[in-house]
Amino acid sequence: MEIQMEYYLILGAVMFFAGVYGFITRRNLIAVLISIELILNAVDINFAVFNRYLFPAQLEGFFFTLFAIAIAAAETAVAIAIIINIYRNLHNIEVKNLDELKD
Amino acid sequence: MEYTVLIVLLPMLTFFVLGLLGTRLKPCASGLVGTLSMGVTAALSYWTAWQYFTTAKIDGVYRKITAFDVEWLRFTDNLHIDLGVLLDPISVMMLIVISTVSLMVHIYSLGYMKGERGFERYYAFLSLFSCSMLGLVVATNIFQMYIFWELVGVSSYLLIGFYYTKPEAIAASKKAFIVTRFADLGFLIGILLLSFYTKTFDFGLLTSGDGSIFSQAAGTTFMGGSAIAWALALIFVGGAGKSAMFPLHIWLPDAMEGPTPVSALIHAATMVVAGVYLVARLFPVYYFQAPEVLHGIAYLAAFTSLFAAVIACVQTDIKRVLAFSTISQIGFMMVALGVSGYGGHAGTGYMAGMFHLFTHAMFKALLFLGAGAIIHAVHSNEMSRMGGLRKQMPVTHITFLIACLAIAGIPPFSGFFSKDEILAATFHFQPVLGGVMSFIAALTAFYMFRLYYNIFWATPAEHEHEPHEAPKTMTTPLIVLALITCVAGFIPFGKFVSSDGADYIIHLDPVIAVASVAIALVSIGIATLFYRKHSPVPDALERRFSGLHRAASHRFYIDEIYLFVTKKIIFNGISRPIAWFDRHVIDGAMDGLAFVTNKMSLAVRGLQSGRIQQYVLVFLCGVLVVTVLVLFFE
Repeated sequence: MEIQMEYYLILGAVMFFAGVYGFITRRNLIAVLISIELILNAVDINFAVFNRYLFPAQLEGFFFTLFAIAIAAAETAVAIAIIINIYRNLHNIEVKNLDELKD
Repeated sequence: MEYTVLIVLLPMLTFFVLGLLGTRLKPCASGLVGTLSMGVTAALSYWTAWQYFTTAKIDGVYRKITAFDVEWLRFTDNLHIDLGVLLDPISVMMLIVISTVSLMVHIYSLGYMKGERGFERYYAFLSLFSCSMLGLVVATNIFQMYIFWELVGVSSYLLIGFYYTKPEAIAASKKAFIVTRFADLGFLIGILLLSFYTKTFDFGLLTSGDGSIFSQAAGTTFMGGSAIAWALALIFVGGAGKSAMFPLHIWLPDAMEGPTPVSALIHAATMVVAGVYLVARLFPVYYFQAPEVLHGIAYLAAFTSLFAAVIACVQTDIKRVLAFSTISQIGFMMVALGVSGYGGHAGTGYMAGMFHLFTHAMFKALLFLGAGAIIHAVHSNEMSRMGGLRKQMPVTHITFLIACLAIAGIPPFSGFFSKDEILAATFHFQPVLGGVMSFIAALTAFYMFRLYYNIFWATPAEHEHEPHEAPKTMTTPLIVLALITCVAGFIPFGKFVSSDGADYIIHLDPVIAVASVAIALVSIGIATLFYRKHSPVPDALERRFSGLHRAASHRFYIDEIYLFVTKKIIFNGISRPIAWFDRHVIDGAMDGLAFVTNKMSLAVRGLQSGRIQQYVLVFLCGVLVVTVLVLFFE
C-alpha cells in the first residue's frame, strides 16, 4: 500500500514550524542555522511530494529540490564562515550580543 | 528727451560702483568719482531744464512730457505701474534744485568729511540719496513716487546713522525711519484708495482736470468725507511725515545727528520738501476734489510753522535752531499750497509755494553748510562755544549773513520775494491766517538773527585751537549758494511755474511788502539789541516767562508725549498681552505638538530593535493573521 500524500505534508508542516520555532527562540547562531536548514528541508519535501503525487510525468519539483539542496549547502558554508569570524571577534555566538551595527 | 533717464541712472550707477568697489579705491578717488558723476548729473539737469523751458510751451501753456516710460508691473489693462520720467515745470524745477544742492554738498563734503572713516561709504550713500530723490521728482505715477519715496527714506536713515558708533546717531536714525515709515503707511493706504476708485496711478490722468475718473467715488462717503477726500488726506499724512508737519515733526531735530552736509542736503533742501512736492504734484486733485482737505493742510501747516518758530527761538544747538526753522519754512510752503486757488491770479499760492521751495532750498542749504563750517572750526554745536567768529571766518560770516537776510525776508535777497508772495496769497485767502503768518515771519527774523549774533558777535568763547576759515572746497559752495540767494529773487518764477502752466506775472503788493519788511527789520532790531552785545533783557524775559521758556526748550514735551503713548499705553496695553499670547498660547501649542511627536517616536523606536528574531516573529504573526482572514472571509 502506498503511503498517502497527507502524511508527507504533515511531516513537512511539522518540520517547517519546528524550524520557525527554533529560528525565533534559539539564542545560539549554530542552532538558528540548523533551524533554517529544517525549514528548507521541509520545503524540499513538499516540492518532492507534490511532484510525485500530482504531476508524476514531470520533474520540475525534483529539480527545485536539487537546487535548493545545493543552495542550502552553499549558504551554510557562508554562514559558518561568518559565524567563525564572529566567534573570533566576540568569543561567543549568542544572537543577543550581535547589536553593534544597530546604533 | 530720452536722455533724461540718465539723470536718475547715473547716481544709481555711482552708488553701485562706490558701494561695491569703494573700499578698493583711495578715499579721495571715491570722493572725486561721486562729485564728478554728480556734476554730470547736474549738467544734464540744467540742459533738460533749458530744453524744456524753451520748447515745451504750446499755446502759452507748459505741457507735461513723458520723456521715458517702461511698463514695470501690470495688474489690469489700465492699472499698471510704470517707471519713467515725467517732465513738467515743477519736476524740472526740482531737478535743478536737487542737482545743484547735491553738487554743492558733494564738493563741500570733500573738505568737511576729509579723513573720516567710511569716506567712500558716505559718498555711496549720497549717490543713493541723489538717485532716489531725482527718481521721486520725475515719477510718472504715484506708485513710482512711492518706491523712490521709500528709497529716500532708507538713504536718509543710512546717512543720519552714518556715525554708527554714536548711540545718539543710531537712535536718531531709527526714530527718523520709524516715524516716516509710520506716516508712509498712511500714504500707501491713500494710494490704494485713490487707485481703487480712479483705476489709475498715472499723474497725467489724475491731474488732467475733467474729473470724470473721480465720478465713481463720488457717491462713496465715510464718516462725512468722500472716499477721494479720505484718500487725499491719507496721502497727505505720508507727505506730513517726510515734511515734518506737526505732530510727525519729531524726527527732524534729532536727524541733526548726521553729518552736517547731509543735514543741508536731505533735512533742509530736498527730502523734507518731498511732502510739499507731493501736494503740489496732486494739486489739481486736491483743489477740485477735496478743497476742505487742502484748507485743513493750510491750517495744520500754519500751526506747525508757528510752533516750530517758537521752539527755534530758545534752542541753543545751532543745528537744532536751523532744523526748527526748516520745519517752520516748510509750513510756509504748505500754507501757500493750502490757500491757493487754481489758474491765473488765484494760483498765487501755488506759485509762491514752489518759489519758496526753490529759494528756501538754496539759502537753507547755505545756512547748514555755513553751520557746518562753524562746527568744523569750533568742534561744538552749542552757541555758547561760539561768539565773535566774524573775524576768524570772514567768508562764512558774509555768506551766513546773506542767508539770514534772505530767510528774514529782506530785499533784494531771494527769501523776500517768495515769502512776500506767500503772505499775499494768505492775506487774500483769510486775513487772520495772513496775520499769523506775518507774525511767524517776524519770529523767523528774530531767531535767525539771534543765531547770527550769537555765532559771529557776542562774547568770544575760549577755544583750545584758534578757529580758522574753512578750506576752499568748503567755502566755494558757500559762495556759489550765496550768489544764487542774491539773484534768485529776480527770476521771473511765474513764467516757469504756475498752477495751470500758463504765464503768471508776479506783482508785488506794496502794502504787504512794506509791512513785512518793516516787521522783519523790527525783529532784527530787537535781536540786535538782545544779542549783539551781552544784554540782561533776554535773561530777564526768560525768568519772567520761565514756564513758557522751559516748555519751548523741551520742544513742548511732544517727544515725551510720544514716549508716554508708545511705552506706557501701546507697549503695556497691547504689545505685552500679545507677546504673552504668542509665547504661551502659540508657542505652547507648537511645543506641545513637538512633545507629543517626540514621545510617539520614542515609543515607535522600540519596534526597530535590530533583532532579526523579533522581526520574524512579528512577520509570522502577520502572515498567520492574513492567512486566517483569507481562509475565513474569502
